[in-house]
Amino acid sequence: MSTNAAVARSALSPKPTYDVARVRSEFPILARQINGKPLVYLDSAASSQRPLTVLRAIELYETTMHANVHRGVHTLSQTATEAFENAREIVRRFLNARSAREIVFVRGTTEAINLVANSWGRSHVGPGDEILITYLEHHANIVPWQMLCAATGAQLRAAPVRPNGELDLEAFRELLSARTRLVAVAHVSNALGTILPVQEIVHLAHARGVPVLLDGAQAVPHQTVDVQAIDCDFYAFSGHKVYGPTGIGALYARESLLAAMPPWQGGGDMILSVGIESSTYNELPWRFEAGTPNISGAVGLGAALEYVESLGRTAIAAHEHTLLELATERLSALPRLKLIGTASAKAAVVSFVMDGVHPHDIGTILDSEGIAIRTGHHCAMPIMEAFGLAATARASFGCYNNAEDVDRLVEGLQKVRKLFG
Amino acid sequence: MHLKELYRDVILDHNRSPRNFGRLQPADAQAAGHNPLCGDKLTLTLRMQGDRVEDLRFEGQGCAISTASASLMTEAVKGRSRQEIARLYGEVHALLTAPTGEPAPELGKLLALAGVAEFPARVKCASLCWHTLNAALERTPTPVSTE
Repeated sequence: MSTNAAVARSALSPKPTYDVARVRSEFPILARQINGKPLVYLDSAASSQRPLTVLRAIELYETTMHANVHRGVHTLSQTATEAFENAREIVRRFLNARSAREIVFVRGTTEAINLVANSWGRSHVGPGDEILITYLEHHANIVPWQMLCAATGAQLRAAPVRPNGELDLEAFRELLSARTRLVAVAHVSNALGTILPVQEIVHLAHARGVPVLLDGAQAVPHQTVDVQAIDCDFYAFSGHKVYGPTGIGALYARESLLAAMPPWQGGGDMILSVGIESSTYNELPWRFEAGTPNISGAVGLGAALEYVESLGRTAIAAHEHTLLELATERLSALPRLKLIGTASAKAAVVSFVMDGVHPHDIGTILDSEGIAIRTGHHCAMPIMEAFGLAATARASFGCYNNAEDVDRLVEGLQKVRKLFG
Repeated sequence: MHLKELYRDVILDHNRSPRNFGRLQPADAQAAGHNPLCGDKLTLTLRMQGDRVEDLRFEGQGCAISTASASLMTEAVKGRSRQEIARLYGEVHALLTAPTGEPAPELGKLLALAGVAEFPARVKCASLCWHTLNAALERTPTPVSTE
């Protein structure tokens, strides 16, 4: 690094309170070498890494607390139930939901959206109705609605995006109609990083009496989310994108809506009593949690959210924003490289293409340098198609990335250019 | 992992200037290949003469490996019979997935793909064109020879 770059860097560096070196030391995987080079992990939007505190919380649960939840009178069953319900309370606090009855544990964002589509959707959506999404959605917020539409005769509508990757709010407003039954949009776009104006979207939808589901998978790791302030009706997110384990996530659902929703899956834990003819369903939220849940996953998720709170979501957001600005500036300066998605409000995601080099070749060459990025359509094919692209390369940043990661990325991209000419 | 083994000069050259790029019209056979994981798309058009591929073209978009592999394939199979192509495909498949000992000499320029085996994530890129060719040939019954 040149002295000038170092000076420029120190001017850009985040608040001294955010100690990225300490944060990095808490993520064991970052000490790994990949292809003989220190790992530069720039794929947190696909899945983030886990800090020791999460791994230890899972280990502690598994080694000292495990039994099935909500069942036995024995000590371990009570310990497990407490640990599980404590995790639910942490999620409630993290999202600022009014009540833990509004927090349903699921496998992840995908399952949360499928739950709403199947339970709320099938009882509220009929022929001629419309579900309104955007072109920015991840497949998880497209396909469940297509399936609901196919089953009910409803229509799926999608609001377009401006060339800079921002939602065309005017078009969204026009698509919102008397036929709209639900608005389902991303809080943050996974492919481009665009932060959607969710408050305004909720305001517009509620003015027409339409409930709103937010796919928060990409938002929760990067910013404060307050479901009461946003006033959304459903909010879905995944544990593994917020430094927690895979296979666990949560759905927030406004209690008045959840209370009127029929169960989606049937089985143990979601009932109060079962006869051969019929059953009485359990209270909220357990009515929506059939079968033995992912208890250790929930414990790990709770630990992850507490970890994020210990760093401070505002501090993480500020740190990542510094990296976003640095990466945007450095990548923009590279010849024949084009950033895809330059919305004014963005999470720390940099999607780009290089003239004459396919994103997969970029991915392979960077991997040989120990740098992990995502290449492809990012499970968001409609937005790729809207930009006329089959694929992009995407670098996404998390709480543990630093300015050196940006340097290494730039060096890697220079190597790509050298190889491909 | 040797990057230069993957991106050999022949590969880079065929990526920059793909041979037999475009579309034959009219064509006796056509097939589209798609790798949904990475979005690579490829369309092959073939003109047959009896049992032989008289001419072929490809078009589409893909990474350097998929483009170069398709370009090299068109050169390698032009003028060959179905049986010869099937044998060549077997050799290429072995080269990409389970390289053992000496590669078959009839591979010729296709040997430039030898580095792909070291990059398992990229094998699909190199084999897409061959799967597409197989699909095109399977869909086309061998016409009765008029010779």
